[in-house]
Amino acid sequence: MKNRLLKYLLFFALLIFSASSLLAIEAQQRFPKPEFATGYTQPNTTTPLARFQLLEYLDVIILLAVLLVSTWFILYKRSRQGVFWISVFSLLYFGLYREGCICAIGSIQNVILAFVDPTYAIPATALIFFLLPLIFALFFGRIFCAGACPLGAIQDFVIFQPIELPKWIQQILGLIPFLYLGLAALFVATKSDFLICRYDPFVGFFRFDAPFHMVVLGVLFLLVGIFVARPYCRFFCPYGVLLGWMSRFSSRHMTITPAACIQCKLCANSCPFGAIDEPVAETGKRRSNVNRFIIYFLVFPLWVGIGGFAGSKMQVPLSLINRTVYLADLIIKHPEVKNDPLNIDVRTFMSLGKSTEKLMAEAVAIRKQFYIGGWLLGGFMGLVIGSRLMRLSVFRRRDDWEPNKTNCLSCARCMSYCPVKE
Amino acid sequence: MKDPTEPIPIPRRRFLRNGMQLTLAGTLVGIAGFSVLKSKANGMVWQIDPFKCVQCGRCATECVMMPSAVKCVHAYNLCGYCDLCGGYLKPDPNARSTAAENQLCPTAAIQRKYIEDPFYEYVIDEKLCIGCAKCVAGCTSFGNGSLHLQVRHDRCKNCNQCAIARLCPAEAFTRVPVDKPYLIKGGWKKEIKKG
Repeated sequence: MKNRLLKYLLFFALLIFSASSLLAIEAQQRFPKPEFATGYTQPNTTTPLARFQLLEYLDVIILLAVLLVSTWFILYKRSRQGVFWISVFSLLYFGLYREGCICAIGSIQNVILAFVDPTYAIPATALIFFLLPLIFALFFGRIFCAGACPLGAIQDFVIFQPIELPKWIQQILGLIPFLYLGLAALFVATKSDFLICRYDPFVGFFRFDAPFHMVVLGVLFLLVGIFVARPYCRFFCPYGVLLGWMSRFSSRHMTITPAACIQCKLCANSCPFGAIDEPVAETGKRRSNVNRFIIYFLVFPLWVGIGGFAGSKMQVPLSLINRTVYLADLIIKHPEVKNDPLNIDVRTFMSLGKSTEKLMAEAVAIRKQFYIGGWLLGGFMGLVIGSRLMRLSVFRRRDDWEPNKTNCLSCARCMSYCPVKE
Repeated sequence: MKDPTEPIPIPRRRFLRNGMQLTLAGTLVGIAGFSVLKSKANGMVWQIDPFKCVQCGRCATECVMMPSAVKCVHAYNLCGYCDLCGGYLKPDPNARSTAAENQLCPTAAIQRKYIEDPFYEYVIDEKLCIGCAKCVAGCTSFGNGSLHLQVRHDRCKNCNQCAIARLCPAEAFTRVPVDKPYLIKGGWKKEIKKG
């Protein structure tokens, strides 16, 4: 008797269980898949694969090869022709074939993201693309800029009438890359945006496809580039900052002359980038230079402080780039958008059932990151400006015409102007 | 009297340069070392979680590719083969036919084929599909949700930061390993549950 009761109980339990599981299927599938009588075979959902992984390593090998060949052309063959053709190849391969992606300039952001985001695993190829040009720059100067960068190559081909900008304009515009690098780092660290990729002016040419404003920007850069040689490289490129730091201390940087300089001045106007330093003899009173250096040294912390303070004050406009902050700001300032069916962001936010308080809390947390980031960014800019001023008051005697190791792009133009061949 | 075996002192400038070079090299090694620990040999690609997607339509307009690399895919296993298909036909269609006036898809990228009474097969022509998700919205609200958006990796450039992901209101874009690049409805859900 008891046994039978147990059997019934089990039976009912089974029945309820199967019914509930049936209901669960029903909930997912309103209309069950029919059973076909005519022998219909169902097609498969296709899943076309991404680019073959080995080809990504081919990119790395080609980058290494391009860097090695460029180094050979610049340092041993001393051949502008060679550098030119290798940059044509880079433009074709990294530019037109790979369509501007993968690129060393953008890889800065991957590296930063790897540092700040514990869930992000940086692809090995991106890491190698970040490191290889820097390693080469540490030994041989900015070989990457000369031979391997497709963005540099496309600008290099339009230098028809280079004019020399006044030094003070070059100094001021030369600060932009630092700001750009800092901003890019800030936006990646707050997981807001990949600035460098989004505002790559030439990727539209590589893909034959870009938003209108980016096409305009790209064309503008090329038009300006006819007169101001390689404007993006010199006054915007954030990777150029890192390359410049490395190149400055490079041990085997290219030289204009293969032997002793004979002071013929033939190379003086050969550099379209204004990266050749003239010989200077010490002039004026040494004392005033030293005094100026001491003053600049003393106000150095002030620069950092002012920069950091100004940067932290920029937290509100800067943080609006972040979508969460933008949405929270929009809902606070215009509560009526909550009922606007045309605003996709607000509509989705409302339909997902997340509370406004939670959104606000997230936005406040992100804005706090921007506050700290603003201090760091501003402080960094203060550091850059302060150290640049100090460097301006440091006097260095120079006997020969030499490439400025920080700014020289190793394009090898000046070499062919030098009459010394052995 | 100087000892001839005494090494020639390195000039100050070169000493400083070598020191800085070493410091920078050390920094690079540090960055490399840290990143390698977090690095992955196999890359990641972008994909849409179809259960998070709200069919806002931005996939059609925000992708750097024109037309978009996001396409509608059909999980046939989930399809009810309905005659009155919410993904194919406009709401309140004049007739259940293939006439253009009845079609929801703005580019007529869905092909409707008669199988047997009363079942119809729907196939996406990806050459025509622009990823606008109108059919996905229809299928999800009125049908089984077998139509859904996926990033098609034969078209996707795998941008560093996906232009659609930045603006996706539902945060439906995720990075997935390159050897499992799709989140097709049906089989994929079980795997997530297992994990």
